[in-house]
Amino acid sequence: MTSFLTYTFKNLPSTSKWALISSIRPLSCSSQLRAAADVQTKSKKTLAKPSVRNIVVVDGVRTPFLLSGTSYKDLMPHDLARAALLGLLHQTSVPKDVVDYIIVGTVIQEVKTSNVAREAALGAGFSDKTPAHTVTMACISSNQAMTTGVGLIASGQCDVVVAGGIELMSDVPIRHSRKMRKMMLDLNKAKTLGQRLSLISKFRLNFLSPELPAVAEFSTSETMGHSADRLAAAFAVSRLEQDEYALRSHRLAKKAQEEGLLSDIVPFKVPGKDTVTQDNGIRPSSLEQMAKLKPAFIKPYGTVTAANSSFLTDGASAVLIMAEEKALAMGYKPKAYLRDFVYVSQDPKDQLLLGPTYATPKVLEKAGLTLNDIDAFEFHEAFSGQILANLKAMDSDWFAQNYMNRKAKVGVPPLEKFNNWGGSLSLGHPFGATGCRLVMAAANRLRKEGGQYGLVAACAAGGQGHAMIVEAYPK
Amino acid sequence: MLKMVASRVIGSLGRFTASRTLRCPGYVCRNFAGSSALLSRTHINYGVKGDVAVIRINSPNSKVNTLDQELHSEFLEVMNEVWSSDQIRSVVLISSKPGCFIAGADINMLNACKTSQEVTQISQEAHRTFEKLEKSTKPIVAAISGSCLGGGLELAISCQYRIATKDKKTVLGSPEVLLGLLPGAGGTQRLPKMVGVPAAFDMMLTGRNIRADRAKKMGLVDQLVEPLGPGLKPPEERTIEYLEEVAITFAKGLADKKISPKRDKGLVEKLTSYAMSIPFVRQQIYRKVEEKVRKQTKGLYPAPLKIIDVVRTGIEQGNDAGYLSESQKFGELAMTKESKALMGLYHGQTLCKKNKFGAPQKEVQRLAILGAGLMGAGIAQVSVDKGLKTILKDATLGALGRGQQQVFKGLNDKVKKKAITSFERDSIFSNLTGQLDYQGFERADMVIEAVFEDLSLKHRVLKEVEAVIPDYCIFASNTSALPISEIATVSKRPEKVIGMHYFSPVDKMQLLEIITTDKTSKDTTASAVAVGLKQGKVIIVVKDGPGFYTTRCLAPMMSEVIRILQEGVDPKKLDSLTTSFGFPVGAATLVDEVGVDVAKHVAEDLGKTFGDRFAGGNIELLKQMVSRGFLGRKSGKGFYIYQEGVKSKNLNSDMDSILASLKLAPHPEVSSDEDIQYRLVTRFVNEAVLCLQEGILATPAEGDIGAVFGLGFPPCLGGPFRFVDLYGAQKIVDRLRKYEAAYGKQFTPCQLLLDHASSPNKRFYQ
Repeated sequence: MTSFLTYTFKNLPSTSKWALISSIRPLSCSSQLRAAADVQTKSKKTLAKPSVRNIVVVDGVRTPFLLSGTSYKDLMPHDLARAALLGLLHQTSVPKDVVDYIIVGTVIQEVKTSNVAREAALGAGFSDKTPAHTVTMACISSNQAMTTGVGLIASGQCDVVVAGGIELMSDVPIRHSRKMRKMMLDLNKAKTLGQRLSLISKFRLNFLSPELPAVAEFSTSETMGHSADRLAAAFAVSRLEQDEYALRSHRLAKKAQEEGLLSDIVPFKVPGKDTVTQDNGIRPSSLEQMAKLKPAFIKPYGTVTAANSSFLTDGASAVLIMAEEKALAMGYKPKAYLRDFVYVSQDPKDQLLLGPTYATPKVLEKAGLTLNDIDAFEFHEAFSGQILANLKAMDSDWFAQNYMNRKAKVGVPPLEKFNNWGGSLSLGHPFGATGCRLVMAAANRLRKEGGQYGLVAACAAGGQGHAMIVEAYPK
Repeated sequence: MLKMVASRVIGSLGRFTASRTLRCPGYVCRNFAGSSALLSRTHINYGVKGDVAVIRINSPNSKVNTLDQELHSEFLEVMNEVWSSDQIRSVVLISSKPGCFIAGADINMLNACKTSQEVTQISQEAHRTFEKLEKSTKPIVAAISGSCLGGGLELAISCQYRIATKDKKTVLGSPEVLLGLLPGAGGTQRLPKMVGVPAAFDMMLTGRNIRADRAKKMGLVDQLVEPLGPGLKPPEERTIEYLEEVAITFAKGLADKKISPKRDKGLVEKLTSYAMSIPFVRQQIYRKVEEKVRKQTKGLYPAPLKIIDVVRTGIEQGNDAGYLSESQKFGELAMTKESKALMGLYHGQTLCKKNKFGAPQKEVQRLAILGAGLMGAGIAQVSVDKGLKTILKDATLGALGRGQQQVFKGLNDKVKKKAITSFERDSIFSNLTGQLDYQGFERADMVIEAVFEDLSLKHRVLKEVEAVIPDYCIFASNTSALPISEIATVSKRPEKVIGMHYFSPVDKMQLLEIITTDKTSKDTTASAVAVGLKQGKVIIVVKDGPGFYTTRCLAPMMSEVIRILQEGVDPKKLDSLTTSFGFPVGAATLVDEVGVDVAKHVAEDLGKTFGDRFAGGNIELLKQMVSRGFLGRKSGKGFYIYQEGVKSKNLNSDMDSILASLKLAPHPEVSSDEDIQYRLVTRFVNEAVLCLQEGILATPAEGDIGAVFGLGFPPCLGGPFRFVDLYGAQKIVDRLRKYEAAYGKQFTPCQLLLDHASSPNKRFYQ
């Protein structure tokens, strides 16, 4: 994963120059907004279940998502996570001692702070009596943090949970080789000078070659971008379609940024640097410029490029989840209910990134909804090719029948309801932190655009996926 | 070890029969005038996308495409249309069958030729066509998915550009040498230019299959296409489509001169090609290669030497001389006995890769193996890597651990060779359960016992197992000599008892001998064959009897080996006599490898049953060896001394006294080198023919396959039955009579052999 993201990072600045010069008129979607607003009045039923506690998101925040190697590059992961937690405290004014539990998702772990949730919580001034743990599930780590919290509340173990996510790709653990590590460990144990010398005599220069974090899926040794390119080819998604979709993501993100819709962002004063107030990876470009890029993975004829992939990102997010009665008792006006959710998994080789296709029909079925009931779709965009392949898969009866053991396709989300404020391609994708951003985007869009149900879906390394229904809290 | 190499590649030729035929994905295409001709074509259809002609090969009613005369002429016809069309600027050549580009030339076409001139003509026709392709001004891209072998590869390398699918089914190679031939459609001339002389020699002399990624590194293909997973169509179908799409972009690029068909050569490659431009270096290489070939083939196989000769002619005397020489030598080789023998083996192997007993009622999904020794663990290894859930049971933790380690090591070696990934190894290894008890046997579909060769132990095991397994479970015994019907006497359900005789090392030896008793049901046999095929085995099914087929043929030959040693021929000399006759392993070494105790055991058992016919050598020799601990390789000493890490082996001098004490006076009239060789071989052949006569063997083809793949009978002779056909039954009977005069009954020819000798029209193969 790292390698492609580095590649992306290197390439993006060159495409950004003209992005600033050309004035792009963002896609207008105001008419659709109005149409969407009507939906809420039509839909009356709520997904509340008699035997289950209602669980709400009070609010959620995130730090600005930055390209790796920019303003956050000297931080440690818990610094960034702490910023998100502090932002949440500030935004919600929740009394620290009310929080029962803290869960944070992350993917690439800093070995010094392997339970980054605890380190960040302590630093943010949460009570040292509030336990915290860290979860990891690739790109759906913070989804896992949230649903773990949902489980704790639903089962009555907790009333108030903070869930979040953090990824700092500016720094990754690069290790000594196994041989070197073994020698160093053995040296520790060696008692006599003779033993030490004999160990040192076994040293070879190649012991010094470092071990980089896995650049590929462990089970298949294939990089994610490579798999995405094959996936796009399998669904016959063209290069042009991919570039167009990426451009849409950047334009919508730019528009949302300019209109101040990305209200979950909390400014972060980086020590020794300026205050960061907004995402810095949003760069709408032009199809002509994007067409010039060479394929990043399958060379020379592949279709996945730096411009139509998500890039290496630093960022953190956090949400405050409560039992509804608790929130109301504390005088909060929650933003949304967290309703049914599913996790799915499939072949990590050929269907690595098809999680949303599998998860969407399942979660809809569970909630008793159809695609038409959904007013806001928030899908994680790992690659343009991945999103478009998922859309094609969801629109295929053949795929549903042959690979998902379903009678018929679930259908395609209408694009006018889909990732309207940008997505991972443009806003950025700090692996561990994206999940909370998706949920907050869905919740905020439902409030802003009107509508009752949002659907969040994401794919993750390992061939896994997730989907959750977010229901707007009645105003 | 040519045999092993040969069998491997022949095996891969046969594999394609399993691949699925796929309908040609239809697409709307603009056809040329004269589309009526298109309808009449059966092997080829083509359409045009933009200015690119897409030519699809799809031989009807077959799982593979073979380059036969019909295909050839249709292809030429299509190419002529392409060349004369103004619309078309480039060409993509692709197969509609996902598992096969072109698997090679049609062997039957060569078999049908009566003279070498006819074969030469076929070669020259191919030369003419391929030369046109090579000189085509419209670039031709070969889009290769699946096997691209022999004539298929020669066609591909005549094109301007090659793109291959990077999957396990896609292999390129020149396996002609394994059929006793040479690449006769320009391969000997084009390959050296394309991949360099050393690599070309390696390909043509070993016949090895080259996977797509390796082919790319060698410069044999220019681009790779990754196989796709499921999309809106089945993966294979979409992958072929994608390959075509990519090939079309490259064809356009080549026509527009945006892509160069010339490849950037690496430094090593540049240096090699520079070195090859020096005549002296070239001479050295020819000499070295020839030396190596002579050493390995003992001069028994004419094809490799001719390959070297033809390549040399082309390089030293120019293209015309090279192509001429290639076609002539190709014709000559096709008429040789060796080639006929090897082709016979190829056909036989194809037959033995089929289950003629039909599909079993219940597919075996859970296998249990008793005994984690060399055999048990070997059987486990070839089962788990095909996805069979396998229980490996032994009596002690230590023995079990050694078996588990053997399976792991076998898999890990594949990782080192990059045949599988470490992750695949781990998930394959998870199919294996090691245990000391019978837990889980109640759900086993088949139990294979591989315990020590002792009837009472096998009886005990059978009774224990039958107490725990379900009714439908099959009990198979892996034994090399104990009659299955005797093992089955204690069974409550003898119809479910069968013999499965594996050969050591199980993961390397392709043969499986399945033994049926009178009571074994047809469904049990079908099931055993299905399991064997799943394990990747070549299977012969024989009737029960002492020593079945393979062990029974080997025993008289081994008896002769002992006599020859007693007569004072030293083991090294004997080894060299047998290997120079074409056996892959020398006779004395073979005893060491099999295990002296095993050999003794078998010799005793069969000696009792068959009496005089199996006499000859004194079994005392083996007994004394066993009592002194000379058990062969496994104990470090046998006829030779074996040391870890030492490759050259020395004679075990302690054997001298044993041999001296049992010394026999040789009969000078039958003790020439040639006589010694024929004493061994004729006893083998006579016993094999007797097995057919007695109905142990169902067909001569199975007899040949069993002898070659299980016992190392010289592949150049094609197996005992092919040998009788090619060498002449009368000559063999004459030999036997001559030795009979010296030694008596052991050499008395059997009735069937006499029948064949008396009527020259009688042949095992028509």
